[in-house]
Amino acid sequence: MYLPHMLDFIKNVEATRAARLGTEPPRMTAEEKQAVLNEFHPDYSDNGFDTIKIGPNTGQKAPKELCELLHSHSKLTGLTLDLTRTDLETDVLIIGGGGAGAAAAIEAHHAGANVTIVTKLRMGDANSMMAEGGVQAANKDTDSPQQHYLDAFGGGHFAAKPELLRRLVMEGPDAIRWLDDLGVMFDKHPDGTMITTPGGGISRKRVHACADYTGAEIMRVLRDEVAGLGIDVIEYTAALELILDESGQAAGAVLMNMLTGQYLIARAKTVIIATGGAGRMHYHGFPTSNHYGATADGLVMAYRAGANLLYQDTIQIHPTGVAHPVQLFGALVTEKVRSLGAMLINAEGEAFVHPLETRDVACAVVLRECHAHNKGITTPSGHGVWLDSPLIDMIHGPGTIQRSIPGMLRMMLNYDIDIRTSPILIYPTFHYQNGGIEIETDGYTAAIPNLFVAGEAVGGIHGRNRLMGNSMLDIIVFGRTAGKNAAKLAKSTAIGRPTIGHINTYTEKLNETGLTTNILSPILLPNYVRNVNKQK
Amino acid sequence: MQEMANVYFDGKHYTVPSDLTIMTAMEYAGYALIKGCGCRHGFCGACATIYRIAGKNALHFVLACQTQVEDGMHVATLPFFPLDKKTYNIGEIRPTDQVMAEFFPEIFACVACNSCTKSCSRSLNVMQYIAYAKRGDLEQCAHASFDCVACGICAARCPAGISHPLVGLLARRLTGKYIMPESQHTKARAADIAEGKFDAAIDEMMAKSIDEMRELYNTRDIEK
Ligand SMILES: Cc1cc2nc3c(=O)[nH]c(=O)nc-3n(C[C@H](O)[C@H](O)[C@H](O)COP(=O)(O)OP(=O)(O)OC[C@H]3O[C@@H](n4cnc5c(N)ncnc54)[C@H](O)[C@@H]3O)c2cc1C
Ligand code: FES
Repeated sequence: MYLPHMLDFIKNVEATRAARLGTEPPRMTAEEKQAVLNEFHPDYSDNGFDTIKIGPNTGQKAPKELCELLHSHSKLTGLTLDLTRTDLETDVLIIGGGGAGAAAAIEAHHAGANVTIVTKLRMGDANSMMAEGGVQAANKDTDSPQQHYLDAFGGGHFAAKPELLRRLVMEGPDAIRWLDDLGVMFDKHPDGTMITTPGGGISRKRVHACADYTGAEIMRVLRDEVAGLGIDVIEYTAALELILDESGQAAGAVLMNMLTGQYLIARAKTVIIATGGAGRMHYHGFPTSNHYGATADGLVMAYRAGANLLYQDTIQIHPTGVAHPVQLFGALVTEKVRSLGAMLINAEGEAFVHPLETRDVACAVVLRECHAHNKGITTPSGHGVWLDSPLIDMIHGPGTIQRSIPGMLRMMLNYDIDIRTSPILIYPTFHYQNGGIEIETDGYTAAIPNLFVAGEAVGGIHGRNRLMGNSMLDIIVFGRTAGKNAAKLAKSTAIGRPTIGHINTYTEKLNETGLTTNILSPILLPNYVRNVNKQK
Repeated sequence: MQEMANVYFDGKHYTVPSDLTIMTAMEYAGYALIKGCGCRHGFCGACATIYRIAGKNALHFVLACQTQVEDGMHVATLPFFPLDKKTYNIGEIRPTDQVMAEFFPEIFACVACNSCTKSCSRSLNVMQYIAYAKRGDLEQCAHASFDCVACGICAARCPAGISHPLVGLLARRLTGKYIMPESQHTKARAADIAEGKFDAAIDEMMAKSIDEMRELYNTRDIEK
């Protein structure tokens, strides 16, 4: 289902394929990388950014769409809610039913707490369900936690919070052990040795996978475990704002039934925000690989309550989203395709970048190829370059694509494109929010007692760019950490009278600064009704 | 001129651009989705959809986010279907021949109508993986059901009331936990870290200045 002019360009890819087999394009020097980032990566430009004008991060840069959320009034403004009413009472309230929320719930339950998960859509309708490529952990003899640290610290431009990164790499192997023990079907050799592969910016073969359904496999196992433990999960229920007590401790949340619009008051001793990312905000106008509910709700809620953000000005544009067919525009083409040897090829059939540069660099180089070198292919939605997938079976033997990336194969075959014989037309897609709410090593926020954050909603673990496979790891490591510590704290903490006074204060400040927007936040879901161009 | 298609949602007629998916066409038609939309990329199974082309008898079972509209499509969505969830403690059960019979006795009421396979939105051989479960062949059941997104259409069509996605899920967990050998090197590394064997090395790494880290990073060797 490629268009006729695309099929013509494929001939250029085919013409150079045999000669490219067995070769590697050169890696870029540190200077070359910096230069292309400066010129082409959205993070390094002022376009698409605004200055935050209220709250703890005042004066700092953030994507325009995030600024708009922070500069908006709360969905609760003007409502009279009876906070003494209790619709739901629990020790640990977990907001968000993705991987981080599920991992936290399981550990909090084992630590003896009464746990409730509330989630906006269904449990597992989440970015976690969609991870294809894999999860890192330094558990092989050729590898070590310190090597993992070096890769992640360098890949994140030396900006990660060292203590957070230390926890990530040191608890990585135990996170994999934990998942293995829960019955996740990792790709293994017959003797149980994990099959691990390389990835962009990763110096050892460290990426564990479950075919290209890694996230789905992990998420459905965690969801099943949560159900098996009898943990309360309340679906189609969004948190709108945190509830604090008079001393400023987190004490619950105002919830809304997404299907009926009914408000609910949840009281808790500790709260864990695990609301994930922001892909559906389409920062810088990019399409997105994210799930429908990725709208930065947790960031907005925590920020209004006084927590600060970290690295909210950096986002991860994945170099390879689907550029065509248009029905799949923005869908992720997992990095595993490149790990397995597929090269990035321009309209003239040239391999223009090493396939395993870090994501931000690869993204910037693809944008340069399309918009400055004019060596992209035009598509109905813009531009694209080729990802030469047929190389995979040539390198590793026939059947590799079928076995290693069956999900990709199926997705494209649905549109009559067989990636075993045809390359994939790709363009960068908004994939991951690098920044988020700042936490301390044990998972809590310094600003708000009893408030924990885990998963993609956290900022700082990865610095200013995240490596493939480190997010699936962080949701497990920091999900577990938050769960254990939130349960422990719930035993000793004393909660006072519930209040949403912080919302009123925020409203007053907004009014003083004269900021107005057309929305109320958190927005909960994007508005795609008759807005065809932004839908993916 | 954009090519358009005539489609019917809940029996009502809409004219939509023909390159949309069923999901984006519903949004084009004015539906602000809450149910029936999760990942939007074919992983979560929230958007189970059944359609029939006007004047034709055949039913089609698809994911709305992964399927392009077609002229004459009459669409019904199945955003939620109650599966019969069984609870178990994975640490206490074992991958025995009887485990499936214990938790899912209804699989033996399968009448081999093959409705499950015919209605699978992912084109899996569902009846076959249920047959594996009946035989106690958990590993085959696990592999054959691996790509299931639990959209639930099979369960909605099954005369025996089987919750197929849950049968596959249990088979996979038992396979992952008990049948595939445990990863010994992972366990060993986790234990070594817990005993502090890597503390000195990581402390040393963390004590370096940014300039030293930059140098180390830029000159590190990359495993082939
Ligand atoms: C297509 C894709 C592929 C990826 N591949 C990889 C990979 O190979 N390796 C890797 O390491 N990482 C990968 N990632 C990144 C990784 O999957 C995510 O960063 C991670 O899963 C986030 O987990 P989470 O639990 O923090 O958030 P999520 O899994 O997104 O869960 C958040 C949950 O919170 C809910 N929620 C949001 N707001 C509210 C609210 N107001 N009230 C209640 N609930 C709410 C959401 O609906 C969702 O269910 C990928 C991401 C995508 C999108
Ligand atoms: S919305 Fe997740 S499969 Fe379609």
